[in-house]
Amino acid sequence: MEAWFSLLVTVFFTVAIYLLLSKSIIRILLGVAILGNAVNLLIFTGGRLTRDVPPVIAQGADVLAGPAANALPQALILTAIVISFSFFAFLLVLAWRAYEDLATDNTDEMRVAEPVNEPAPPLGY
Amino acid sequence: MATSAPADLSVALVLAPTSAAEWLVVLPVAWCLSVGAFLVMLRRWAGLQAAIALASLAVLVLIDVALLDHVARNGPATMVMGRWLPPFGIAFTVDLTGALFALVAAVAALAAGVFSLADINDSGRRYGFYPLLMLLVAGVSGAFLTGDVFNLYVWFEVLLISSFGLLVLGSEREQIDGTVKYGFLNLVATTLFLVATGFLYAVFGTLNMADIARKADELRVSAPLMTLVGLYVLAFGMKAAAFPLNFWLPASYHTPRVVVSALFAGLLTKVGIYALIRVTVMLFPVEREELSFVLAVVGALTMMVGVLGALAQTDFRRILGYLVVSGIGSMLAGIAIGGPGGIGGAIFYALHSMLVMTGLYFASGIAMRLGADVSIATLSGLYRKHAGFAALTLMLCFAVSGLPPFSGFWPKVMLVKAALDIGAWWLAAALLLVGFFTMIATGRLFLLAYWRESASPDAAGSAPRLPTTALGPLAALTLLALALGLYPEPLLATIQSAAAGLAEPSAYLNSVFPAGGPQ
Repeated sequence: MEAWFSLLVTVFFTVAIYLLLSKSIIRILLGVAILGNAVNLLIFTGGRLTRDVPPVIAQGADVLAGPAANALPQALILTAIVISFSFFAFLLVLAWRAYEDLATDNTDEMRVAEPVNEPAPPLGY
Repeated sequence: MATSAPADLSVALVLAPTSAAEWLVVLPVAWCLSVGAFLVMLRRWAGLQAAIALASLAVLVLIDVALLDHVARNGPATMVMGRWLPPFGIAFTVDLTGALFALVAAVAALAAGVFSLADINDSGRRYGFYPLLMLLVAGVSGAFLTGDVFNLYVWFEVLLISSFGLLVLGSEREQIDGTVKYGFLNLVATTLFLVATGFLYAVFGTLNMADIARKADELRVSAPLMTLVGLYVLAFGMKAAAFPLNFWLPASYHTPRVVVSALFAGLLTKVGIYALIRVTVMLFPVEREELSFVLAVVGALTMMVGVLGALAQTDFRRILGYLVVSGIGSMLAGIAIGGPGGIGGAIFYALHSMLVMTGLYFASGIAMRLGADVSIATLSGLYRKHAGFAALTLMLCFAVSGLPPFSGFWPKVMLVKAALDIGAWWLAAALLLVGFFTMIATGRLFLLAYWRESASPDAAGSAPRLPTTALGPLAALTLLALALGLYPEPLLATIQSAAAGLAEPSAYLNSVFPAGGPQ
């Protein structure tokens, strides 16, 4: 099962990188969203995939009775999902605001902070 | 089926109560987070916010001094969360390197807090400058003090989201443009960090740094650790603005309020360098050895690109942005050289750069206020307007170029000597050449903006009064740079033992696993 998940993760990464390389901010944002999911699946696969029972210790016992699913990757992914979702929300608002203020969603035309025809620094004193 | 032998809980749990000294380990982060949360509630009382933030930053400096003192006396200290012993629970582990970085970061943040009184207006305060400042400092301190790789990722994100907030404070067109580039590229960098951490977990089954350090040797034969370290170097290199990945920094650092630029230049790239030192030197020393040539080339290129970029700029703050990049190159060179000289030099350079770059950004803010301009093509006559301020700036220019008797001199000496010791004469030459070019860049800045006679001779007698809140932090940081240059022995000794502790982390491991720990 890990092999199939690795392939899925590869597809996600490919799509994400393709989208991140485009000029339009909305497409970059979609790339960011897919990239986040690609990483989450990667952590999930990295924790080994099994069809075992949840790691619940029976009443009166001190340790797990048999093999159980790994709960840690789920905790890690939960953290990563919350963080990447908040970042996505922030960047979405930022992109909208940039579109309003700069009147473009093309990153090539966003040259306010670094103007194209800057004068050279003075050569003499 | 029910093989329920009574488990020995003392292996997995701390059963003794936590001592006061252990609380010191998490106190910097807990303190900043709670003050930040409290300040959010004081949204309407802008004046009160500033006072509370300043007082709590001063307290933070004291906490970090106490922490450094504790670590210097007793060796690395560990506190585990929720009584779960590592590798099950999350641990905060502080060694000398982490404590030193945290202390200097707190000092720079305190200076920025004082400077903000003169720089942040009421609307900036209402939009949450002070809460964001406290959360940024919490994230930076957390990154320096944590002993868990995933936790490090979380602190990176905490400081990143606060830095986004600080960067757009004011919402001018330039700032939005800068934030778009900063935001997307830094998000990609932290996602790369998370990718590497996912692979790390897949290979090691643990994310505790001490646990990784002791397991790396046996796993090295079978696991693709080189790929893993390559990914980490890529991710942290992007955070630290190393050469091919540095372009987001000069594109964004000149857009926000001056105090925000100063804070970013002082703290954020150094967190990347700290993480790089932690991962390559302590966790994977063998891989660092193999990567050292690549790191050295990247370092040399970063220095050169940074300083040549600085020579080509006219905007005061963009010159400084490129100088930040150039300094990162020197630290990378130190990591590449390795050994006590190289790593110690990198740590010293990072601490020096935190103070001096913050100070230089303060100077740029005051210069813009005095001269009402940002371009050195038109900015002039600052020396005549305020001689004391010009003197402070000149000292910082010397410090950043690595001239004695300022703080930039000693790390440069250590790095050049370490490079010559291992026979990397070209790296030593690059370090010296970059120092020379930096002197030209800052010298030209001083010549044009400060010494050149003003084109429009306004009333010479009306020297504008500079507020103490602006000049004070600048003077304090400059004096600190001078003090470290004149009397570096105590810091040098501390840094030497910090570098030794990274190279031979048995004290660190003992602190996390006192009884050898579960295998």
